[in-house]
Amino acid sequence: MNSVILQLAAKYLRILFLSFALIALVRGHNFPGGGFIGGLLAALYIVYDSLAFTTQQIKKELIVRPEHYIGSGLVCVLLSFLPSVLSGSPLMQGKWLSLDIPLIGVTKLGTPLLFDVGVFLTVMGVTLLFLFTLSTKK
Amino acid sequence: MTETGLPILLPFALIIVLIFMRSTVSSRWTGIVGALLNMIVAVYLFLQLRHDDVLVLQVGGWEAPYGITLALDYLSALMLLVTALIVLVIAIYAFRFIGDRPGYSKFHVFFFSLTMGVNGAFITGDVFNFYVWLEVILLSSFVLITMGAKKDQLEGGIKYMTLNLIASLLFLAGIGLLYGKTGTLNMAHLARILINDQQSILMNTSAMMFFVALGIKAAVFPLFFWLPASYHTPNITVTSLFAGLLTKVGVYALIRFFTLFFVQDVYFWHNLLLIIAGLTMVIGGMAATIYFETRRILSYHIISQIGYMIMGLGIYTPLAIAGSIFFMIHNIIAKTNTFLVMGIVSKIKGTFYLKDIGGLYKERPFIAILFIIPAFALAGIPPLSGFFGKFILIKAGIEDKHYIVTAVAVLTSLLTLYSMIKIWNEAFLKKQPESTHLPSKVKLKISEVLPSVILALASVLLGLLAAPFFEWTLAAANQLMDPNVYIEAVLNKIE
Repeated sequence: MNSVILQLAAKYLRILFLSFALIALVRGHNFPGGGFIGGLLAALYIVYDSLAFTTQQIKKELIVRPEHYIGSGLVCVLLSFLPSVLSGSPLMQGKWLSLDIPLIGVTKLGTPLLFDVGVFLTVMGVTLLFLFTLSTKK
Repeated sequence: MTETGLPILLPFALIIVLIFMRSTVSSRWTGIVGALLNMIVAVYLFLQLRHDDVLVLQVGGWEAPYGITLALDYLSALMLLVTALIVLVIAIYAFRFIGDRPGYSKFHVFFFSLTMGVNGAFITGDVFNFYVWLEVILLSSFVLITMGAKKDQLEGGIKYMTLNLIASLLFLAGIGLLYGKTGTLNMAHLARILINDQQSILMNTSAMMFFVALGIKAAVFPLFFWLPASYHTPNITVTSLFAGLLTKVGVYALIRFFTLFFVQDVYFWHNLLLIIAGLTMVIGGMAATIYFETRRILSYHIISQIGYMIMGLGIYTPLAIAGSIFFMIHNIIAKTNTFLVMGIVSKIKGTFYLKDIGGLYKERPFIAILFIIPAFALAGIPPLSGFFGKFILIKAGIEDKHYIVTAVAVLTSLLTLYSMIKIWNEAFLKKQPESTHLPSKVKLKISEVLPSVILALASVLLGLLAAPFFEWTLAAANQLMDPNVYIEAVLNKIE
């Protein structure tokens, strides 16, 4: 499809989709949302883009290949285990860090967030892999 | 104990490394190194059991029954060990038999995700978590079957996937009912609740769901159809891996569940198990006799041998359970080895059809020896491992007065022997049929023969050192028959 309106809309909607995805990711620990939903939302923006443009163009714009999104997601998950192991607590126990960031206030960052980032990247990578595989002609 | 999580974490880390790896040569080497590490982990955990009865990890620090528990007792540790052996052997075998074939570039990723699933299923102490590992196994095995994307592979893969999804569905339904009735899914907690429950005959609905689901996974008599429909299609490396590990997860779960918490209606369940065991042995053994494709013959044999493992569970004495475990470990080793040898044979002769193969005994006596060891082990000829496995089971059967199933077990051995002799006669003794095109002179590499040699040695050692090894399986069986140790370890342990 080659529609100027859709392409223009895609450019602006991109920001909207991505920020929603990030919001869903960050609030996910205590509220509805989380890595899985965030990942799907982020993938949605690329699906939308691929409707407006061609899949080949999108592939070029993505910095890394979908498999590597999955890989780096899994790395995040593995890294999120490290603090619990290094401090001698049971595996996968949540560890939290309180940061006092100016303007935002006291923010708690923890291993569950890192885990969620891992899920986010993995889900996004898997969805993209589906999309690219199904839309490539053999 | 954080180490208890290592059988899951290690394959997980290997998957990540392999995803980023581009060249197939380096992923093949990573596969072998990773499998060695996995072996070290399994041995280490097994040695740890000398200090504790059960190794327990409450994941995330959430105590049982609220969190997910990983619990490792003798049975789990033995299964981890033999899994690690098979994984190591297959990693070496894959070096050339997978090689850099097109379509197989991500073989090792799914190989280790299957390993992760199998390891996870063996050490989890939570019914729902077990279901998750079953799904991990199912997904990765589906990918492994259809790798290469040939028509018959897709057909086999879809049959495999459909029937196994039905099993998953039933299993999930069983979990739902169980959770509704007891409010917990932690295995130890379930056991504690159900032991003191007078109404526990109500458990039979969930038990039946579990039995059918795990029966499909383990390929017992009326539920085995997915196995012969799919096992002859993938690359022989994949088939060997599946032959060793997949069905055994189902058997492991049956043993675990029906000794730990489905113990209310013993008379009904264990008679049912015995009937199913007898039928599975005979039908599998008889079906094997009509085929002339080696992979199909051996696939039906897997089914036949599952019967023996279920029989031990059905008799339900410590000796019989020990026999089941012994037999399962022997079978994993010997069965995988027969498939590996058939892979080598097909490489030399270019086919799996017995009609087109012949004369191997004269051409390659070494391969003939490699075949005869697992084949005789499966048939149960002393001093190889299968003899002791069957001996323990039959002794337990006679002691507990289960004469019919014991007689069936003895007679099925003849069927097994018949099939093995058929392969031996056709492939090794008879003359090479002249009409077939042979591949030009094949030279075998070390990495192709070594796996089979390792497993053959394991079969012989398991037979020669049967006594100390039997002590281990008996320890595992005693632990299973006295669930209190397991329950106490999971529910009362404070780290």
